[in-house]
Amino acid sequence: MNTEILLSISGLHKAFGGLIAVNQMQFDVHQGEILGLLGPNGSGKTTVMNLISGALQSNDGKVVISGKDITNLPAHKISHSGIARTFQLVRVLPDLDCVENIEAGLAYRTKPLWGDAAHAAALELLDRIGLSKQAHIPAGDLTYIDQKRLELGRALALQPKLLLLDEWLAGLNPSELQDGIALVRKLKNEGLTIIMVEHVMDAIRSLCDRCVVMNAGAKIADGTPDEVLSDPEVVRAYLGDSHA
Amino acid sequence: MSMLKPDFIKPVGLGAVIFAALAFMPTLVDSYYMSLAISVVSFAILATAWSMFSGPTRYISLATVVFFGIGAYTVAVLGEVLPFPLVLVCAGLAGTVIALLVGFSTLRLAGVYFVIFTFGLTELVRQVVSWYEVNVTREMGRYVFLDITQNDIYWQLLALFAVLLVTGFILGRSRLGFALRIIGEDETVAKHCGIDVTRVKVALFVLSALFMTLTGAIMAPRWTYIDPVIAFNPMLSFQVVIMALLGGPRRLLGPLLGVIPLTLLFEVLTASFPNHFSILLGCVFMVIVYLLPGGVVGLYEKYRAPKKRVLATDQNAEPGGNAA
Ligand SMILES: Nc1ncnc2c1ncn2[C@@H]1O[C@H](COP(=O)(O)OP(=O)(O)O)[C@@H](O)[C@H]1O
Ligand SMILES: [Mg+2]
Repeated sequence: MNTEILLSISGLHKAFGGLIAVNQMQFDVHQGEILGLLGPNGSGKTTVMNLISGALQSNDGKVVISGKDITNLPAHKISHSGIARTFQLVRVLPDLDCVENIEAGLAYRTKPLWGDAAHAAALELLDRIGLSKQAHIPAGDLTYIDQKRLELGRALALQPKLLLLDEWLAGLNPSELQDGIALVRKLKNEGLTIIMVEHVMDAIRSLCDRCVVMNAGAKIADGTPDEVLSDPEVVRAYLGDSHA
Repeated sequence: MSMLKPDFIKPVGLGAVIFAALAFMPTLVDSYYMSLAISVVSFAILATAWSMFSGPTRYISLATVVFFGIGAYTVAVLGEVLPFPLVLVCAGLAGTVIALLVGFSTLRLAGVYFVIFTFGLTELVRQVVSWYEVNVTREMGRYVFLDITQNDIYWQLLALFAVLLVTGFILGRSRLGFALRIIGEDETVAKHCGIDVTRVKVALFVLSALFMTLTGAIMAPRWTYIDPVIAFNPMLSFQVVIMALLGGPRRLLGPLLGVIPLTLLFEVLTASFPNHFSILLGCVFMVIVYLLPGGVVGLYEKYRAPKKRVLATDQNAEPGGNAA
Protein backbone atom coordinates (compact mmCIF):
# COMPACT_ATOMS: atom_id res chain seq x y z
CA MET A 1 0.00 0.00 0.00
CA ASN A 2 0.94 3.54 -0.73
CA THR A 3 1.89 5.16 2.56
CA GLU A 4 1.53 8.78 1.55
CA ILE A 5 -0.78 10.61 3.92
CA LEU A 6 -3.78 12.26 2.25
CA LEU A 7 -5.72 13.53 5.24
CA SER A 8 -4.45 14.22 8.69
CA ILE A 9 -6.56 15.14 11.69
CA SER A 10 -5.10 16.23 14.99
CA GLY A 11 -6.44 17.45 18.30
CA LEU A 12 -9.91 17.86 16.85
CA HIS A 13 -12.40 19.09 19.40
CA LYS A 14 -16.09 19.92 19.21
CA ALA A 15 -18.52 20.74 21.99
CA PHE A 16 -22.26 21.38 21.73
CA GLY A 17 -22.94 23.48 24.79
CA GLY A 18 -21.72 21.29 27.65
CA LEU A 19 -21.62 18.11 25.58
CA ILE A 20 -18.22 17.21 24.21
CA ALA A 21 -19.07 15.40 20.99
CA VAL A 22 -15.51 15.08 19.68
CA ASN A 23 -12.59 15.02 22.06
CA GLN A 24 -8.94 15.28 20.92
CA MET A 25 -9.51 13.16 17.84
CA GLN A 26 -6.44 12.29 15.87
CA PHE A 27 -5.88 10.02 12.88
CA ASP A 28 -4.34 9.91 9.41
CA VAL A 29 -5.80 8.59 6.21
CA HIS A 30 -3.39 7.23 3.64
CA GLN A 31 -3.70 7.72 -0.07
CA GLY A 32 -5.94 5.05 -1.64
CA GLU A 33 -7.11 3.36 1.55
CA ILE A 34 -10.55 2.83 2.99
CA LEU A 35 -10.68 3.88 6.60
CA GLY A 36 -13.59 2.64 8.67
CA LEU A 37 -14.81 5.00 11.38
CA LEU A 38 -16.62 2.89 13.97
CA GLY A 39 -18.22 3.39 17.32
CA PRO A 40 -21.54 3.10 19.13
CA ASN A 41 -24.37 5.52 18.34
CA GLY A 42 -23.69 9.00 19.64
CA SER A 43 -19.95 8.46 19.84
CA GLY A 44 -19.26 11.39 17.53
CA LYS A 45 -18.60 9.79 14.13
CA THR A 46 -20.98 11.98 12.18
CA THR A 47 -19.66 15.03 13.98
CA VAL A 48 -16.12 14.13 12.87
CA MET A 49 -17.38 13.85 9.28
CA ASN A 50 -19.11 17.22 9.65
CA LEU A 51 -15.92 18.81 10.95
CA ILE A 52 -13.93 17.42 8.03
CA SER A 53 -16.45 18.51 5.39
CA GLY A 54 -17.00 21.94 6.88
CA ALA A 55 -20.65 21.39 7.80
CA LEU A 56 -19.58 22.27 11.34
CA GLN A 57 -16.79 24.41 12.73
CA SER A 58 -14.43 22.85 15.25
CA ASN A 59 -13.49 24.44 18.56
CA ASP A 60 -9.91 23.28 18.34
CA GLY A 61 -7.59 21.09 16.30
CA LYS A 62 -6.45 20.80 12.74
CA VAL A 63 -7.58 19.18 9.51
CA VAL A 64 -4.99 18.96 6.74
CA ILE A 65 -5.49 17.50 3.26
CA SER A 66 -2.49 16.97 0.95
CA GLY A 67 -0.47 19.27 3.17
CA LYS A 68 -3.07 22.06 2.96
CA ASP A 69 -4.67 23.30 6.16
CA ILE A 70 -8.43 23.34 5.68
CA THR A 71 -9.44 23.70 9.32
CA ASN A 72 -12.72 25.58 9.63
CA LEU A 73 -12.77 26.71 6.03
CA PRO A 74 -16.30 27.19 4.66
CA ALA A 75 -17.77 23.98 3.21
CA HIS A 76 -17.60 25.15 -0.41
CA LYS A 77 -13.85 25.74 -0.12
CA ILE A 78 -13.33 22.35 1.48
CA SER A 79 -15.28 20.84 -1.38
CA HIS A 80 -12.90 22.59 -3.77
CA SER A 81 -9.95 21.10 -1.96
CA GLY A 82 -11.13 17.64 -2.98
CA ILE A 83 -13.48 16.33 -0.29
CA ALA A 84 -17.00 15.11 -1.09
CA ARG A 85 -19.51 13.40 1.15
CA THR A 86 -22.85 11.73 1.59
CA PHE A 87 -25.08 12.33 4.60
CA GLN A 88 -26.25 9.87 7.22
CA LEU A 89 -29.81 11.05 6.58
CA VAL A 90 -29.83 11.02 2.83
CA ARG A 91 -30.00 14.48 1.26
CA VAL A 92 -31.00 14.71 -2.37
CA LEU A 93 -32.44 17.79 -4.05
CA PRO A 94 -36.04 16.53 -4.06
CA ASP A 95 -37.65 18.78 -6.67
CA LEU A 96 -34.79 18.49 -9.14
CA ASP A 97 -34.59 15.46 -11.39
CA CYS A 98 -31.72 12.99 -11.26
CA VAL A 99 -29.76 14.63 -14.07
CA GLU A 100 -29.98 17.99 -12.30
CA ASN A 101 -28.95 16.41 -9.00
CA ILE A 102 -25.76 15.19 -10.65
CA GLU A 103 -25.27 18.48 -12.47
CA ALA A 104 -25.32 20.16 -9.07
CA GLY A 105 -22.11 18.27 -8.36
CA LEU A 106 -20.61 19.08 -11.76
CA ALA A 107 -21.38 22.77 -12.12
CA TYR A 108 -19.49 24.29 -9.19
CA ARG A 109 -16.48 22.02 -8.71
CA THR A 110 -12.91 23.13 -9.37
CA LYS A 111 -13.16 22.25 -13.06
CA PRO A 112 -16.83 22.99 -13.62
CA LEU A 113 -18.99 21.51 -16.35
CA TRP A 114 -22.09 23.27 -17.62
CA GLY A 115 -24.60 23.03 -20.44
CA ASP A 116 -24.39 20.15 -22.88
CA ALA A 117 -21.12 18.88 -21.46
CA ALA A 118 -22.63 18.66 -17.99
CA HIS A 119 -25.74 16.97 -19.30
CA ALA A 120 -23.70 14.30 -21.08
CA ALA A 121 -21.43 13.76 -18.08
CA ALA A 122 -24.47 13.51 -15.78
CA LEU A 123 -26.09 10.84 -17.94
CA GLU A 124 -22.83 8.90 -18.01
CA LEU A 125 -22.54 9.06 -14.22
CA LEU A 126 -26.18 8.02 -13.75
CA ASP A 127 -25.46 5.03 -15.90
CA ARG A 128 -22.47 4.17 -13.75
CA ILE A 129 -24.54 4.18 -10.54
CA GLY A 130 -27.41 2.32 -12.20
CA LEU A 131 -29.94 5.14 -12.39
CA SER A 132 -30.06 5.85 -16.12
CA LYS A 133 -33.72 4.83 -16.34
CA GLN A 134 -34.67 7.36 -13.65
CA ALA A 135 -32.76 10.24 -15.28
CA HIS A 136 -35.75 12.57 -15.56
CA ILE A 137 -37.60 11.62 -12.39
CA PRO A 138 -37.58 14.09 -9.49
CA ALA A 139 -35.15 12.84 -6.86
CA GLY A 140 -37.86 13.05 -4.21
CA ASP A 141 -39.81 10.33 -6.01
CA LEU A 142 -36.96 7.80 -5.92
CA THR A 143 -36.88 4.90 -3.50
CA TYR A 144 -34.64 5.25 -0.46
CA ILE A 145 -31.94 3.09 -2.02
CA ASP A 146 -31.96 5.01 -5.26
CA GLN A 147 -31.74 8.28 -3.35
CA LYS A 148 -28.63 6.92 -1.65
CA ARG A 149 -27.14 6.02 -5.00
CA LEU A 150 -28.00 9.42 -6.39
CA GLU A 151 -26.38 11.11 -3.43
CA LEU A 152 -23.23 9.08 -4.01
CA GLY A 153 -23.39 10.03 -7.69
CA ARG A 154 -23.52 13.70 -6.78
CA ALA A 155 -20.50 13.26 -4.52
CA LEU A 156 -18.58 11.47 -7.28
CA ALA A 157 -19.50 14.21 -9.74
CA LEU A 158 -17.30 16.49 -7.66
CA GLN A 159 -14.28 14.32 -8.58
CA PRO A 160 -13.06 14.16 -4.99
CA LYS A 161 -9.73 12.89 -3.73
CA LEU A 162 -11.39 11.89 -0.49
CA LEU A 163 -14.93 10.56 -0.17
CA LEU A 164 -16.79 10.58 3.15
CA LEU A 165 -19.57 7.98 3.41
CA ASP A 166 -21.72 8.27 6.51
CA GLU A 167 -23.55 4.95 6.94
CA TRP A 168 -24.07 4.80 3.23
CA LEU A 169 -24.70 1.04 3.37
CA ALA A 170 -27.25 1.26 6.19
CA GLY A 171 -30.75 0.13 5.40
CA LEU A 172 -29.90 -1.94 2.36
CA ASN A 173 -31.27 -5.46 1.98
CA PRO A 174 -28.70 -8.29 1.59
CA SER A 175 -28.54 -8.24 -2.20
CA GLU A 176 -28.40 -4.45 -2.35
CA LEU A 177 -25.68 -4.61 0.28
CA GLN A 178 -23.57 -6.85 -1.97
CA ASP A 179 -24.05 -4.38 -4.85
CA GLY A 180 -23.17 -1.51 -2.55
CA ILE A 181 -20.00 -3.21 -1.31
CA ALA A 182 -18.98 -4.00 -4.88
CA LEU A 183 -19.52 -0.37 -5.87
CA VAL A 184 -17.41 0.98 -3.01
CA ARG A 185 -14.66 -1.52 -3.82
CA LYS A 186 -14.71 -0.38 -7.43
CA LEU A 187 -14.26 3.22 -6.29
CA LYS A 188 -11.28 2.18 -4.20
CA ASN A 189 -9.78 0.33 -7.16
CA GLU A 190 -10.13 3.50 -9.19
CA GLY A 191 -7.85 5.16 -6.64
CA LEU A 192 -10.34 7.01 -4.46
CA THR A 193 -9.57 7.38 -0.76
CA ILE A 194 -12.59 6.79 1.45
CA ILE A 195 -13.59 7.30 5.07
CA MET A 196 -16.67 5.27 5.86
CA VAL A 197 -18.76 5.34 8.99
CA GLU A 198 -20.32 1.91 9.10
CA HIS A 199 -22.06 -0.59 11.38
CA VAL A 200 -22.39 -3.43 8.90
CA MET A 201 -19.65 -5.88 9.95
CA ASP A 202 -19.52 -7.68 6.59
CA ALA A 203 -18.86 -4.42 4.86
CA ILE A 204 -16.23 -3.38 7.38
CA ARG A 205 -14.34 -6.65 7.15
CA SER A 206 -14.42 -6.84 3.39
CA LEU A 207 -13.75 -3.20 2.58
CA CYS A 208 -11.75 -1.45 5.28
CA ASP A 209 -7.97 -1.45 5.25
CA ARG A 210 -7.93 0.16 8.66
CA CYS A 211 -10.42 1.16 11.33
CA VAL A 212 -10.57 3.93 13.89
CA VAL A 213 -12.98 3.28 16.74
CA MET A 214 -14.58 6.08 18.73
CA ASN A 215 -16.37 6.09 22.03
CA ALA A 216 -17.84 9.15 23.76
CA GLY A 217 -16.06 11.48 21.35
CA ALA A 218 -12.58 10.00 21.77
CA LYS A 219 -10.51 7.50 19.81
CA ILE A 220 -10.23 4.16 21.61
CA ALA A 221 -8.63 1.98 18.92
CA ASP A 222 -6.85 2.22 15.59
CA GLY A 223 -5.75 -0.75 13.50
CA THR A 224 -6.87 -3.41 11.02
CA PRO A 225 -10.52 -4.50 11.24
CA ASP A 226 -9.56 -7.79 12.95
CA GLU A 227 -7.36 -6.02 15.49
CA VAL A 228 -9.88 -3.42 16.52
CA LEU A 229 -12.87 -5.75 16.54
CA SER A 230 -11.13 -8.07 18.98
CA ASP A 231 -9.88 -5.22 21.16
CA PRO A 232 -11.44 -5.64 24.63
CA GLU A 233 -12.08 -1.92 25.01
CA VAL A 234 -13.95 -1.82 21.69
CA VAL A 235 -16.04 -4.82 22.69
CA ARG A 236 -16.83 -3.19 26.00
CA ALA A 237 -17.81 0.10 24.27
CA TYR A 238 -20.24 -1.67 21.99
CA LEU A 239 -21.72 -4.02 24.57
CA GLY A 240 -21.85 -1.35 27.25
CA ASP A 241 -23.71 0.89 24.88
CA SER A 242 -26.24 -1.68 23.73
CA HIS A 243 -26.90 -2.87 27.28
CA ALA A 244 -27.32 0.63 28.66
CA MET B 1 -25.00 27.66 -23.64
CA SER B 2 -25.74 29.17 -27.01
CA MET B 3 -28.08 32.15 -27.20
CA LEU B 4 -29.14 31.14 -30.71
CA LYS B 5 -31.04 27.99 -29.84
CA PRO B 6 -34.73 27.83 -30.71
CA ASP B 7 -35.67 27.41 -27.04
CA PHE B 8 -34.16 30.82 -26.50
CA ILE B 9 -35.28 32.61 -29.67
CA LYS B 10 -38.92 31.55 -29.51
CA PRO B 11 -39.94 32.92 -26.09
CA VAL B 12 -37.78 36.02 -26.51
CA GLY B 13 -39.26 36.67 -29.96
CA LEU B 14 -42.80 36.17 -28.70
CA GLY B 15 -42.10 38.47 -25.77
CA ALA B 16 -40.69 41.13 -28.09
CA VAL B 17 -43.88 41.10 -30.18
CA ILE B 18 -46.10 41.37 -27.09
CA PHE B 19 -44.08 44.23 -25.63
CA ALA B 20 -44.01 46.05 -28.97
CA ALA B 21 -47.80 45.79 -29.08
CA LEU B 22 -48.10 47.00 -25.49
CA ALA B 23 -45.97 50.02 -26.35
CA PHE B 24 -48.83 51.27 -28.56
CA MET B 25 -51.30 51.23 -25.71
CA PRO B 26 -51.14 55.02 -25.08
CA THR B 27 -52.49 55.65 -28.58
CA LEU B 28 -55.49 53.45 -27.93
CA VAL B 29 -56.77 54.19 -24.43
CA ASP B 30 -57.39 57.25 -22.29
CA SER B 31 -55.38 58.41 -19.33
CA TYR B 32 -57.45 56.55 -16.73
CA TYR B 33 -56.51 53.24 -18.29
CA MET B 34 -52.94 54.39 -18.75
CA SER B 35 -52.76 55.07 -15.04
CA LEU B 36 -54.10 51.60 -14.39
CA ALA B 37 -51.57 50.14 -16.82
CA ILE B 38 -48.77 51.93 -14.97
CA SER B 39 -49.91 50.35 -11.71
CA VAL B 40 -50.02 46.91 -13.25
CA VAL B 41 -46.60 47.16 -14.88
CA SER B 42 -44.96 48.64 -11.79
CA PHE B 43 -46.37 45.92 -9.55
CA ALA B 44 -45.42 43.36 -12.18
CA ILE B 45 -41.80 44.51 -11.98
CA LEU B 46 -41.79 44.59 -8.19
CA ALA B 47 -43.41 41.17 -7.78
CA THR B 48 -41.25 39.56 -10.46
CA ALA B 49 -38.08 41.07 -9.02
CA TRP B 50 -39.13 39.99 -5.53
CA SER B 51 -39.73 36.44 -6.76
CA MET B 52 -36.42 36.28 -8.56
CA PHE B 53 -34.74 36.20 -5.15
CA SER B 54 -37.46 35.01 -2.77
CA GLY B 55 -38.96 32.31 -4.99
CA PRO B 56 -36.00 29.95 -5.02
CA THR B 57 -34.51 30.90 -1.64
CA ARG B 58 -37.79 31.16 0.29
CA TYR B 59 -36.51 34.23 2.11
CA ILE B 60 -39.61 36.37 2.55
CA SER B 61 -38.36 39.93 2.18
CA LEU B 62 -40.44 42.89 3.33
CA ALA B 63 -37.78 45.32 2.14
CA THR B 64 -39.31 45.95 -1.29
CA VAL B 65 -40.40 49.44 -0.34
CA VAL B 66 -36.99 50.28 1.07
CA PHE B 67 -35.51 50.04 -2.40
CA PHE B 68 -38.56 51.47 -4.12
CA GLY B 69 -38.42 54.44 -1.76
CA ILE B 70 -34.69 54.93 -2.23
CA GLY B 71 -35.30 55.12 -5.97
CA ALA B 72 -38.11 57.60 -5.56
CA TYR B 73 -36.12 59.75 -3.16
CA THR B 74 -33.09 59.83 -5.41
CA VAL B 75 -35.30 61.35 -8.10
CA ALA B 76 -36.79 63.82 -5.64
CA VAL B 77 -33.31 64.96 -4.61
CA LEU B 78 -31.45 64.87 -7.92
CA GLY B 79 -34.29 65.17 -10.45
CA GLU B 80 -33.75 68.85 -11.13
CA VAL B 81 -29.96 68.71 -10.86
CA LEU B 82 -29.01 65.98 -13.31
CA PRO B 83 -30.43 64.68 -16.61
CA PHE B 84 -32.96 61.93 -15.95
CA PRO B 85 -30.92 58.96 -17.28
CA LEU B 86 -28.10 59.98 -14.96
CA VAL B 87 -30.56 60.21 -12.07
CA LEU B 88 -31.60 56.63 -12.81
CA VAL B 89 -27.94 55.56 -12.70
CA CYS B 90 -27.51 57.25 -9.33
CA ALA B 91 -30.66 55.61 -8.01
CA GLY B 92 -29.42 52.24 -9.23
CA LEU B 93 -26.09 52.78 -7.49
CA ALA B 94 -27.74 53.84 -4.24
CA GLY B 95 -30.04 50.80 -4.31
CA THR B 96 -27.11 48.49 -5.07
CA VAL B 97 -24.98 49.82 -2.21
CA ILE B 98 -27.81 49.49 0.32
CA ALA B 99 -28.68 46.01 -0.97
CA LEU B 100 -25.05 44.91 -0.63
CA LEU B 101 -24.91 46.14 2.95
CA VAL B 102 -28.23 44.54 3.84
CA GLY B 103 -27.38 41.36 1.97
CA PHE B 104 -24.04 40.72 3.62
CA SER B 105 -25.34 41.59 7.07
CA THR B 106 -28.64 39.69 7.00
CA LEU B 107 -28.63 36.81 4.58
CA ARG B 108 -27.12 34.65 7.28
CA LEU B 109 -30.32 35.14 9.23
CA ALA B 110 -32.79 32.37 8.68
CA GLY B 111 -36.54 32.28 8.39
CA VAL B 112 -38.57 34.61 10.51
CA TYR B 113 -35.56 36.65 11.63
CA PHE B 114 -34.94 37.73 8.08
CA VAL B 115 -38.61 38.71 7.63
CA ILE B 116 -38.58 40.81 10.76
CA PHE B 117 -35.26 42.39 9.91
CA THR B 118 -36.46 43.50 6.50
CA PHE B 119 -39.61 44.91 8.03
CA GLY B 120 -37.58 46.77 10.64
CA LEU B 121 -35.30 48.05 7.91
CA THR B 122 -38.22 49.87 6.29
CA GLU B 123 -38.93 51.68 9.52
CA LEU B 124 -35.25 52.42 10.05
CA VAL B 125 -34.70 53.89 6.60
CA ARG B 126 -37.86 55.95 6.85
CA GLN B 127 -36.79 57.35 10.22
CA VAL B 128 -33.29 58.12 8.97
CA VAL B 129 -34.63 59.97 5.94
CA SER B 130 -37.13 61.84 8.11
CA TRP B 131 -34.40 62.75 10.58
CA TYR B 132 -32.20 64.02 7.76
CA GLU B 133 -34.99 66.11 6.26
CA VAL B 134 -35.95 67.60 9.60
CA ASN B 135 -32.47 68.28 10.93
CA VAL B 136 -30.37 68.91 7.84
CA THR B 137 -32.52 70.16 4.99
CA ARG B 138 -35.13 71.44 7.49
CA GLU B 139 -37.95 70.63 5.15
CA MET B 140 -40.19 67.59 5.38
CA GLY B 141 -41.36 66.52 1.94
CA ARG B 142 -40.19 67.43 -1.52
CA TYR B 143 -41.82 68.42 -4.78
CA VAL B 144 -41.02 66.51 -7.93
CA PHE B 145 -41.59 68.74 -10.96
CA LEU B 146 -40.11 67.00 -13.94
CA ASP B 147 -40.97 67.19 -17.58
CA ILE B 148 -42.01 63.56 -17.70
CA THR B 149 -45.45 62.55 -18.89
CA GLN B 150 -47.59 59.63 -17.86
CA ASN B 151 -46.85 57.97 -21.18
CA ASP B 152 -43.10 58.38 -20.63
CA ILE B 153 -43.45 56.64 -17.29
CA TYR B 154 -45.39 53.83 -18.91
CA TRP B 155 -42.80 53.30 -21.62
CA GLN B 156 -39.93 53.37 -19.17
CA LEU B 157 -41.65 50.82 -16.95
CA LEU B 158 -42.43 48.64 -19.94
CA ALA B 159 -38.79 48.74 -21.00
CA LEU B 160 -37.65 47.94 -17.45
CA PHE B 161 -40.08 45.02 -17.25
CA ALA B 162 -38.78 43.70 -20.58
CA VAL B 163 -35.21 43.90 -19.32
CA LEU B 164 -36.26 42.17 -16.10
CA LEU B 165 -37.95 39.32 -17.95
CA VAL B 166 -34.96 38.80 -20.24
CA THR B 167 -32.68 38.88 -17.18
CA GLY B 168 -34.88 36.35 -15.40
CA PHE B 169 -35.02 34.19 -18.49
CA ILE B 170 -31.25 34.14 -18.89
CA LEU B 171 -30.81 33.66 -15.15
CA GLY B 172 -33.09 30.63 -15.23
CA ARG B 173 -30.70 29.00 -17.68
CA SER B 174 -27.49 30.12 -16.01
CA ARG B 175 -25.18 28.54 -13.46
CA LEU B 176 -26.07 31.33 -11.06
CA GLY B 177 -29.79 30.60 -11.39
CA PHE B 178 -29.18 26.89 -10.96
CA ALA B 179 -27.11 27.57 -7.85
CA LEU B 180 -30.01 29.53 -6.41
CA ARG B 181 -32.38 26.63 -7.05
CA ILE B 182 -30.00 24.23 -5.33
CA ILE B 183 -29.76 26.59 -2.35
CA GLY B 184 -33.55 26.70 -2.19
CA GLU B 185 -33.69 22.91 -2.15
CA ASP B 186 -30.98 22.32 0.43
CA GLU B 187 -28.46 24.91 1.51
CA THR B 188 -26.14 22.39 3.16
CA VAL B 189 -25.96 20.34 -0.02
CA ALA B 190 -25.34 23.50 -2.03
CA LYS B 191 -22.32 24.34 0.12
CA HIS B 192 -20.96 20.83 -0.20
CA CYS B 193 -21.30 21.06 -3.97
CA GLY B 194 -18.86 23.95 -3.94
CA ILE B 195 -21.34 26.81 -4.09
CA ASP B 196 -20.44 29.98 -2.23
CA VAL B 197 -23.94 30.30 -0.84
CA THR B 198 -23.58 33.76 0.67
CA ARG B 199 -22.24 35.26 -2.52
CA VAL B 200 -25.00 33.77 -4.65
CA LYS B 201 -27.71 34.97 -2.29
CA VAL B 202 -26.26 38.46 -2.05
CA ALA B 203 -25.85 38.66 -5.84
CA LEU B 204 -29.49 37.80 -6.40
CA PHE B 205 -30.69 40.04 -3.59
CA VAL B 206 -28.81 42.96 -5.13
CA LEU B 207 -30.10 42.23 -8.61
CA SER B 208 -33.65 42.05 -7.35
CA ALA B 209 -33.20 45.27 -5.33
CA LEU B 210 -31.80 47.07 -8.35
CA PHE B 211 -35.03 46.54 -10.29
CA MET B 212 -37.10 47.65 -7.29
CA THR B 213 -35.03 50.82 -6.95
CA LEU B 214 -35.38 51.68 -10.61
CA THR B 215 -39.13 51.14 -10.41
CA GLY B 216 -39.32 53.65 -7.57
CA ALA B 217 -37.20 56.11 -9.52
CA ILE B 218 -39.32 55.83 -12.65
CA MET B 219 -42.54 56.13 -10.66
CA ALA B 220 -41.45 59.19 -8.66
CA PRO B 221 -42.53 61.83 -11.20
CA ARG B 222 -46.03 60.39 -11.01
CA TRP B 223 -46.46 61.94 -7.60
CA THR B 224 -45.72 65.61 -7.51
CA TYR B 225 -45.05 65.49 -3.80
CA ILE B 226 -42.98 62.94 -1.86
CA ASP B 227 -42.36 62.58 1.85
CA PRO B 228 -40.90 59.65 3.78
CA VAL B 229 -44.33 58.34 4.76
CA ILE B 230 -45.42 58.15 1.13
CA ALA B 231 -42.15 56.83 -0.27
CA PHE B 232 -41.54 54.20 2.42
CA ASN B 233 -45.07 52.92 2.95
CA PRO B 234 -44.70 49.33 4.22
CA MET B 235 -48.06 48.46 2.68
CA LEU B 236 -46.33 48.26 -0.69
CA SER B 237 -44.03 45.47 0.51
CA PHE B 238 -47.00 43.44 1.72
CA GLN B 239 -48.88 43.99 -1.51
CA VAL B 240 -45.93 42.74 -3.52
CA VAL B 241 -45.52 39.65 -1.34
CA ILE B 242 -49.17 38.70 -1.57
CA MET B 243 -49.25 39.24 -5.32
CA ALA B 244 -46.17 37.13 -5.86
CA LEU B 245 -47.36 34.36 -3.56
CA LEU B 246 -50.80 34.32 -5.11
CA GLY B 247 -49.35 34.06 -8.58
CA GLY B 248 -46.52 31.66 -7.85
CA PRO B 249 -43.02 32.93 -7.20
CA ARG B 250 -41.12 30.06 -8.76
CA ARG B 251 -42.03 30.70 -12.37
CA LEU B 252 -40.81 33.73 -14.22
CA LEU B 253 -44.33 34.71 -15.28
CA GLY B 254 -46.00 33.36 -12.13
CA PRO B 255 -46.10 36.65 -10.19
CA LEU B 256 -47.87 38.33 -13.12
CA LEU B 257 -50.85 36.04 -12.51
CA GLY B 258 -51.22 37.49 -9.04
CA VAL B 259 -50.40 41.05 -10.04
CA ILE B 260 -53.12 41.55 -12.64
CA PRO B 261 -56.18 40.53 -10.57
CA LEU B 262 -54.92 42.08 -7.34
CA THR B 263 -53.90 45.41 -8.90
CA LEU B 264 -57.33 45.71 -10.47
CA LEU B 265 -58.94 44.81 -7.17
CA PHE B 266 -56.85 47.37 -5.26
CA GLU B 267 -57.78 49.94 -7.88
CA VAL B 268 -61.49 49.25 -7.49
CA LEU B 269 -61.18 49.39 -3.71
CA THR B 270 -59.30 52.72 -3.73
CA ALA B 271 -61.75 54.26 -6.17
CA SER B 272 -64.94 53.03 -4.50
CA PHE B 273 -63.96 53.13 -0.85
CA PRO B 274 -61.12 55.63 -0.53
CA ASN B 275 -61.57 55.97 3.22
CA HIS B 276 -61.73 52.30 3.99
CA PHE B 277 -59.02 51.04 1.70
CA SER B 278 -56.78 49.66 4.43
CA ILE B 279 -59.59 47.79 6.15
CA LEU B 280 -60.79 46.30 2.89
CA LEU B 281 -57.27 45.41 1.88
CA GLY B 282 -56.88 43.60 5.18
CA CYS B 283 -60.10 41.72 4.47
CA VAL B 284 -58.88 40.77 1.01
CA PHE B 285 -55.66 39.43 2.48
CA MET B 286 -57.62 37.43 5.02
CA VAL B 287 -60.02 36.05 2.43
CA ILE B 288 -57.13 34.97 0.25
CA VAL B 289 -55.38 33.37 3.20
CA TYR B 290 -58.55 31.55 4.32
CA LEU B 291 -59.62 30.40 0.89
CA LEU B 292 -56.30 28.81 0.09
CA PRO B 293 -55.89 25.53 1.94
CA GLY B 294 -53.17 25.93 4.56
CA GLY B 295 -52.97 29.65 3.86
CA VAL B 296 -50.92 31.42 1.27
CA VAL B 297 -47.65 30.28 2.77
CA GLY B 298 -48.98 26.73 2.96
CA LEU B 299 -49.82 26.79 -0.71
CA TYR B 300 -46.47 28.36 -1.35
CA GLU B 301 -44.66 25.63 0.58
CA LYS B 302 -46.70 22.95 -1.11
CA TYR B 303 -45.94 24.51 -4.45
CA ARG B 304 -42.32 24.89 -3.47
CA ALA B 305 -41.41 21.47 -2.19
CA PRO B 306 -44.12 18.89 -2.63
CA LYS B 307 -42.03 15.86 -1.66
CA LYS B 308 -39.38 17.26 0.57
CA ARG B 309 -40.80 16.41 3.94
CA VAL B 310 -42.03 12.94 3.12
CA LEU B 311 -38.71 11.19 3.01
CA ALA B 312 -36.66 13.39 5.26
CA THR B 313 -38.87 14.22 8.21
CA ASP B 314 -36.13 14.20 10.79
CA GLN B 315 -33.59 16.01 8.73
CA ASN B 316 -32.92 18.60 11.38
CA ALA B 317 -31.38 15.85 13.48
CA GLU B 318 -28.45 16.10 11.08
CA PRO B 319 -25.78 18.46 12.40
CA GLY B 320 -25.29 21.36 10.06
CA GLY B 321 -28.85 20.88 8.91
CA ASN B 322 -29.70 24.56 8.96
CA ALA B 323 -31.25 24.73 5.54
CA ALA B 324 -34.86 24.56 6.61
N1 LIG C 1 -25.90 19.79 15.96
C1 LIG C 1 -25.83 19.23 17.19
N2 LIG C 1 -26.24 19.90 18.27
C2 LIG C 1 -26.17 19.36 19.50
N3 LIG C 1 -25.70 18.13 19.75
C3 LIG C 1 -25.29 17.38 18.71
C4 LIG C 1 -25.34 17.90 17.38
N4 LIG C 1 -24.85 16.95 16.54
C5 LIG C 1 -24.53 15.90 17.32
N5 LIG C 1 -24.79 16.15 18.61
C6 LIG C 1 -24.51 15.24 19.74
O1 LIG C 1 -23.17 14.86 19.64
C7 LIG C 1 -23.03 13.49 19.96
C8 LIG C 1 -22.38 12.77 18.81
O2 LIG C 1 -23.29 12.68 17.75
P1 LIG C 1 -22.94 12.05 16.35
O3 LIG C 1 -21.68 12.63 15.87
O4 LIG C 1 -24.12 12.20 15.49
O5 LIG C 1 -22.74 10.53 16.72
P2 LIG C 1 -22.65 9.24 15.80
O6 LIG C 1 -22.64 9.67 14.38
O7 LIG C 1 -21.41 8.56 16.22
O8 LIG C 1 -23.86 8.43 16.11
C9 LIG C 1 -24.41 12.98 20.30
O9 LIG C 1 -24.55 13.01 21.71
C10 LIG C 1 -25.32 13.97 19.65
O10 LIG C 1 -26.53 14.08 20.34
MG1 LIG D 1 -23.90 9.24 12.84
